[in-house]
Amino acid sequence: MSTLLASIGAAVLGFLAAIGRLALFTGQTISHLVRPPFYGREFGNALLQIGYFSLPVVGLTAFFTGGALALQIYSGGARFSAEAVVPQIVAIGMVRELGPVLVGLMIAARVTSSIAAEIATMKVTEQIDALVTLSTHPMKYLTLPRVLAATLVMPLLVGVGDIIGIYGGYIVGTERLGFNASAYLQNTADFLEPLDIISSLVKGAVFGFIAALMGCYYGMNSDRGAMGVGRATKSSVVAAAILILAANFLLTEAFFSA
Amino acid sequence: MIELTDVHKSFGSNHVLRGVNLSVPQGESMVVIGGSGTGKSILIKSILGLVTPETGTITVDGKDVNKGDRDAFLARFGMLFQGAALFDSLPVWQNVAFRLLRGSLKKPKDEARDIAIEKLRRVGLSADVADRLPAELSGGMQKRVGLARAIAAEPEIIFFDEPTTGLDPIMSGVINDLIREIVTEMGATAITITHDMTSVRAIADKIAMLHAGKIRWTGPVADMDASTDPYVDQFIHGRAEGPIEAVR
Repeated sequence: MSTLLASIGAAVLGFLAAIGRLALFTGQTISHLVRPPFYGREFGNALLQIGYFSLPVVGLTAFFTGGALALQIYSGGARFSAEAVVPQIVAIGMVRELGPVLVGLMIAARVTSSIAAEIATMKVTEQIDALVTLSTHPMKYLTLPRVLAATLVMPLLVGVGDIIGIYGGYIVGTERLGFNASAYLQNTADFLEPLDIISSLVKGAVFGFIAALMGCYYGMNSDRGAMGVGRATKSSVVAAAILILAANFLLTEAFFSA
Repeated sequence: MIELTDVHKSFGSNHVLRGVNLSVPQGESMVVIGGSGTGKSILIKSILGLVTPETGTITVDGKDVNKGDRDAFLARFGMLFQGAALFDSLPVWQNVAFRLLRGSLKKPKDEARDIAIEKLRRVGLSADVADRLPAELSGGMQKRVGLARAIAAEPEIIFFDEPTTGLDPIMSGVINDLIREIVTEMGATAITITHDMTSVRAIADKIAMLHAGKIRWTGPVADMDASTDPYVDQFIHGRAEGPIEAVR
């Protein structure tokens, strides 16, 4: 019995310690936002890598999801003669929920893993130590530009994802389900409210922050060797995905609970 | 003058440094020898503040390395890492001029590039490697680029971590000669850690042997062969038999 309690206690302490380390890391990252120097080139590069180069994967994911959503709503709605709500539900589903969450998860898969693997490799090959000896703070040079870029560019990616997702639904709705094109667009535009769009973009910013932060955190705390890099990469994606989904619930609650 | 007094550092139950005392006067080339895993790298990382010792003091010119302006402190140092530690995403010249492109030593880009090419030339590399990525270079060339980066800002103190590991004997000789020439020409204080005895003889003014977390023996390179210390004797002759356990 005491062994069991000791194991539970150790697990709880380990969990709390991990939260503490992550909170410290987050605080340090944010603190560098107001302390020069700033590495504009690194920030620009991160914007390009996280934003521009993620557009294809975001676009394809959103397009197919929007199309599938239209089909689902149509067939589900047919059970109670509500096929006509496809444009409205696709719009609200993509903008409020699927757009930000799917883009967040795709960014976790594409960007978080890449950041974690890159920084972890830099750590095991002593490149992080080399940065320090060259009077360059690794948090300023590696973490802040990536986290800031992801936070700023993700709302744009989510916006693009929302539009392409709605377009996917529109294509399926008009080409496959026989909706009138102008009526479909009119219904979509009429039904969406500013709060839907705001919540979508805010979710994007929060998910971007989480995705980049997890990549940097696990990369910086990687163990040695190929296994260490692999473990850091895997853990970063898992943690980012879970935190994105948890944050999505909390933000949905905050925006729409009333 | 670099001075370490009673420095202790552990990682969990592994007590790596157990009271290291060492002085390196200005302009001297000190080589720290010792078996693998004896804490040689931790020793120089402690001086640079990359690792914080639990107890003991480390001073450079009388100032504690963990106090005061870190940027100004680090600007005095150059370091060649064991695997060169070049930044994969930057071309060679930007690796060499890294310190000259940002921070307190920042120079205009063209000037920084010229200095980088001059330093590359100093380590025997031509200007045409300047725009290549580190992954496109051989191990020996990467080491030379690492050496060029270490000396780019003309530091007063240079550390060399296993400078010849993984290189063939000819390239090792080239690197050893370069280190000796550069240290002499720049008048820099140098600490080299290695277990390559050819490097020791080529680079060192003075030697310190680290064993079991302490400096076991220290003296001029000329006295090394005449040392009566059985640990030093076993190490420099590479004998399996002796007080140092072969299986660690």
